Amino acid sequence: MLLEALIVLLKAGFIVTVALTFGAVLTWVERKQSAVMQDRIGANRAAILGLRLIGLFHILSDAIKMFTKEEFTPERGDKFLHTLAPMLSLFFALMSFVAIPFGDALRVGGRTIDLQAADLNAAILFVFAMVSLGIYGVVIGGWASENNYSFLGGMRASAQMISYEVTLGVSLIGALLIYDTLNLQEMVRFQGHMYGGWIPRWGILLQPLGFLLFLTAGIAETKRVPFDLPEGESEIVGYWVEYSSMKWGMYMFTDFIEMTLLSALATTLFLGGWQVPWLLSDGFHFPWGSVALPHVVVVVLQMGAFLLKVSFFLWLQMLIRWTLPRVRYDQLMAITWKYMLPLSLINTMVTAVILLAIR
Amino acid sequence: MNPFSPVLLSALFVGFLVVAMLVLSLLLGPRRKSAVKGEPFETGMVPFNLPGDRFAIRFYVIAILFVVFDVELVFLFPWASVFRELGWFGLAEMGFFVAVLALALIYAWRKGALEWE
Repeated sequence: MLLEALIVLLKAGFIVTVALTFGAVLTWVERKQSAVMQDRIGANRAAILGLRLIGLFHILSDAIKMFTKEEFTPERGDKFLHTLAPMLSLFFALMSFVAIPFGDALRVGGRTIDLQAADLNAAILFVFAMVSLGIYGVVIGGWASENNYSFLGGMRASAQMISYEVTLGVSLIGALLIYDTLNLQEMVRFQGHMYGGWIPRWGILLQPLGFLLFLTAGIAETKRVPFDLPEGESEIVGYWVEYSSMKWGMYMFTDFIEMTLLSALATTLFLGGWQVPWLLSDGFHFPWGSVALPHVVVVVLQMGAFLLKVSFFLWLQMLIRWTLPRVRYDQLMAITWKYMLPLSLINTMVTAVILLAIR
Repeated sequence: MNPFSPVLLSALFVGFLVVAMLVLSLLLGPRRKSAVKGEPFETGMVPFNLPGDRFAIRFYVIAILFVVFDVELVFLFPWASVFRELGWFGLAEMGFFVAVLALALIYAWRKGALEWE
């Protein structure tokens, strides 16, 4: 019992640490990738003993800066809720990772450990519940600041997030119909087969439209460019205007962690999760022959594949973030209610008809 | 072991992390209060009204639409998980349900609830 609890804590610790690390590195990637794309040098000043390491120490200096800044709550605002709001945001963003499978079963000393902190049979519903609860952080933060700008920012953010959450959910139903389960680990196992020995059975090939809708809705849900109207760092005042120090840092960190969450979800649902093409639990099975591998190597390869796919989606989101201009608010609402929601409903129904017809 | 006990354990762990971040920031940062600093940010002006009484009706309409369509979503998930057993009958039922909701969406659209001016 104690050992099981320890294993769960280790697994949760691992995936949460991965999420935090990705979040921290993304603060640097955000600046560095924009610099590369705009032919600048980008963040490179922070150094330890003259060692610059292409600016990676900026993560550390940012953390030190945010921890040592003055923390204040606005005089007229609700002090308790003002403090609680960013914590809610970060808490629920990190909790979503608990249900994400990051590897196949690991066998150690007669024990089989499923590489997933919590093996829930309705994992996808759990993740959606956590994402929805995360909206409270934004609304409460905007409201408790007792400031006109942050109040409007909070309303803007919540209207956007709840609108896109509907599409985010419906766009997935098509994929769920194919996988015939709500369990994320089973979905990944389903994607392990190969069609004709060459084409992996990944969700992106079975549900291309669903994938595009999911990714778009997900980017809007994480409040990133081109849907970054809640923040609009260059011209609009957002819901976090009355925040400082690490309380503000938590909001910013939540954004990056939600980006990682979206990448992890897209990987799990549409890009085969931890699956490596041709890699089964005992080694590679290529169409032209097999290579046997020890169990540990297979597990490490699969976890590496998961992290690589997540990194790919993060890179893609950064590329989108520094390429597209921001949409207008009426366009933002029109995109989801008038185009994406009907499209995802049609996608669901067409998928269901095809699945029953070929059964 | 109950499948949700790992969730509880992780919640304790994540909760500890989040609280630790806040407490560290409270301990390390300076605290110098002043009357002006406590005022709401209003681009340098003294605010003459504060939020809380009125806001745009659009947000309310969006919230109602969200409730309507999120409930639809809740019904789609269980259908998706037993879809194969229900077969064509289940699909026809769900098709009818989605058609009614599509009608609701068209109604909201025609009434101008989706316009944002």
